[in-house]
Amino acid sequence: MQLSGAEITIRCLEEEGVEYIFGYPGGAVLFIYDALFQQDKVKHILVRHEQAALHAADAYARATGRPGVALVTSGPGVTNAVTGIATAYMDSIPMVVISGQVPTAAIGLDAFQEVDTVGITRPCVKHNFLVKRVEDLAETMKKAFYVATTGRPGPVLVDIPKDVSQQVTEFLYPAQIEMRSYNPVVKGHPGLIRQAVQMLLEARRPMVYAGGGVVLGEASGLLTQLVRELGVPCTNTLMGLGAFPATDPQFVGMLGMHGTYEANLAMHHCDVLLAVGARFDDRVIGNTRHFFVEGRRIIHIDIDPSSISKRVRVDVPIVGDVREVLQEMQKLVAETPQRLDPVALKQWWHQIGEWRGRECMHYERSDTLIKPQFVVETLYQVTQGDAIITSDVGQHQMWAAQYYKFDKPRRWLNSGGLGTMGFGLPAAMGAQLAFPDQVVACITGEASIQMCIQELSTCKQYHLPVKIVNLNNRYLGMVRQWQQILHGNRYSESYMDALPDFVKLAESYGHVGIRIENPADVEGALREAFALKERVVFLDFMTDPTENVFPMVKAGQGLTEMLLGAEDL
Amino acid sequence: MRHILSLLLENEAGALSRVAGLFSARGYNIESLTVAPTEDPTLSRMTIVTNGSAEVMEQITKQLNKLVDVVKVFDLNEGRHLERELMLVKMRAEDSAREEIKRTADIFRGRIVDVTDQTYTIELTGPRDKLDAFLEALDPLMILETVRTGASGIGRGDWIMRV
Ligand SMILES: Cc1cc2nc3c(=O)[nH]c(=O)nc-3n(C[C@H](O)[C@H](O)[C@H](O)COP(=O)(O)OP(=O)(O)OC[C@H]3O[C@@H](n4cnc5c(N)ncnc54)[C@H](O)[C@@H]3O)c2cc1C
Ligand SMILES: Cc1ncc(C[n+]2csc(CCOP(=O)(O)OP(=O)(O)O)c2C)c(N)n1
Ligand SMILES: [Mg+2]
Repeated sequence: MQLSGAEITIRCLEEEGVEYIFGYPGGAVLFIYDALFQQDKVKHILVRHEQAALHAADAYARATGRPGVALVTSGPGVTNAVTGIATAYMDSIPMVVISGQVPTAAIGLDAFQEVDTVGITRPCVKHNFLVKRVEDLAETMKKAFYVATTGRPGPVLVDIPKDVSQQVTEFLYPAQIEMRSYNPVVKGHPGLIRQAVQMLLEARRPMVYAGGGVVLGEASGLLTQLVRELGVPCTNTLMGLGAFPATDPQFVGMLGMHGTYEANLAMHHCDVLLAVGARFDDRVIGNTRHFFVEGRRIIHIDIDPSSISKRVRVDVPIVGDVREVLQEMQKLVAETPQRLDPVALKQWWHQIGEWRGRECMHYERSDTLIKPQFVVETLYQVTQGDAIITSDVGQHQMWAAQYYKFDKPRRWLNSGGLGTMGFGLPAAMGAQLAFPDQVVACITGEASIQMCIQELSTCKQYHLPVKIVNLNNRYLGMVRQWQQILHGNRYSESYMDALPDFVKLAESYGHVGIRIENPADVEGALREAFALKERVVFLDFMTDPTENVFPMVKAGQGLTEMLLGAEDL
Repeated sequence: MRHILSLLLENEAGALSRVAGLFSARGYNIESLTVAPTEDPTLSRMTIVTNGSAEVMEQITKQLNKLVDVVKVFDLNEGRHLERELMLVKMRAEDSAREEIKRTADIFRGRIVDVTDQTYTIELTGPRDKLDAFLEALDPLMILETVRTGASGIGRGDWIMRV
């Protein structure tokens, strides 16, 4: 069948089962938009800024596990998209980004709206392509989906010059693709897996540290079984929340910079550490030298060899898909009667119990000031722990991670690696489109929300009834917290004067706005908002402006060197 | 430590910049980098001379392998190997100096490939230290211009690197 490049592009999306594409039109993609117009299989969501198209597509992928797709025009369309591409890249999210480019004959001539898209995006994509001939288009699209979704997932960009989208060729979508230069490892090394199981079974102070890779690899069920079978403690990274159920007694909370006392101490003092799909980030293992003061043996399962022994040297490196490897481990555990030494394990749990006794998540309650932690706790109760929660970046993000207990994967969507303010609202849109019947709430701050506030308009157009929980402390709170703790209370440019009236702002977009100023009104307002199932509700909680996130490990310090509360300052 | 990495990569526009970009983005050293198509025109062979500790080399190799355009990476230091570099040196060569320069070139098995009244252009191949030694043997004031290709490397014996 003879089709234009534009039609081929859309047909490829159809072949890949793409339901939604998030984008914004412009000159270089006019043929593609024309092709979109003439079909009804792939639905387009018109955002209000390209960054939001990327975040929405990204969150669609985080919520479903299927690749997100975004479409932007050349030049400013692409540069606006870069933040979103980098956000997905840092968190290993599968996405295909289609960008228009100036006609091939104009490339390199400083043409109108020309940028070197492949060059600009190279460091923040898993791979990218410039399609110079329409004959290569279908195969390139196939490669893009294949590369984005296999191995360690990531965004892949396909840059399509305008003339290529106009030219016509025979359309053939390859059923399969092979690339000699790209063969991600799936199966783990059997000898190493055996060694790992043995090491775990012989541990006296075991610890499981699970990250985003467990969510990405759809392995949280397997992980949960294994952890329960062995009776060992488990922590999740910020990206791994939900990989192991937060309400399980074996869960010791998130670890890292704002992790729990018990998780960080168990991490530090364990004798065998099983790291699964986690990358020993600097916000997790602050100071690696301090980490190695205590000797422990480390088993690391990761699909990306370069994640292994990057910041922390490990003893048993297992390259492979977490599902495959955990399945093998489980088989071996089932085959052997040996279990961990019950006396040692009991002692270890006793020790952990003592650490838990510090109640590091305790915070000062108040009748007069709305505590942000209290809002998140109440949100958890009102939504029965079953909402999809997106967040922006800052203190509110950490409180969301600490006080909303995620029992399932793909319920917590946030920008961990890049830490992109502006992610939350468009992410909520992507999640709501993926799951129209789910409750979706965006926990945000008054600063972050303003970075993509224009998307309130997109929510209106597509009837996406997301709920916005704005923890409004009038500060760039996370910045203010660092300035208080590390820069002698000099609050340089971290106070936001002249904030908008968010209630009126929401109303002007056609939504419902509620301002909450008293702790007594928190629950009622939340219940009212979630009862409005068809509406976007903007809940503007005026929270305690001085509240800080604890525990806190200052950047560069060791995991056990935690500030637990205001009394430690 | 100094390492010589051999790479096979897709002969595609942009593959070189992916490799070069990786080195600059991650702060790895490049002493030299050479690349050209192979007997199979769809593949390029690249030699990168770099240095780093064992840990850094492990990361460099892993990161290179991760690039979608890279088909194979091998650290030639892991086996016996040959290293060759080509250098062209333009010398001021007048009167009595001409004989002296020619003698030095002969000793290093260099060849004079271009001549004028005042200059010689000498071609020399060898491992890096031989080329360095040659330059040291010359009067620095007489050197007008040097061009070096950077090292190319290949494993010794019947060990081969191909797809
Ligand atoms: C304000 C702020 C504060 C933060 N504080 C904390 C904190 O206190 N604690 C914390 O944990 N984080 C914190 N972070 C997040 C932190 O920056 C990192 O994003 C996060 O720790 C990384 O999580 P991860 O190790 O699970 O890796 P991810 O980024 O989720 O990476 C996943 C890993 O799994 C691998 N993988 C992917 N798929 C598979 C598969 N199928 N099989 C096997 N492996 C696979 C990947 O190769 C990769 O190595 C904070 C971020 C911000 C913005
Ligand atoms: C795009 C972007 N710019 C700057 C930062 C640095 N930053 C991290 S948190 C933060 C403050 C966020 O303020 P707010 O959204 O009100 O959240 P709060 O910390 O007050 O809860 C800033 C500026 C960032 N993460 N992203
Ligand atoms: Mg704030």
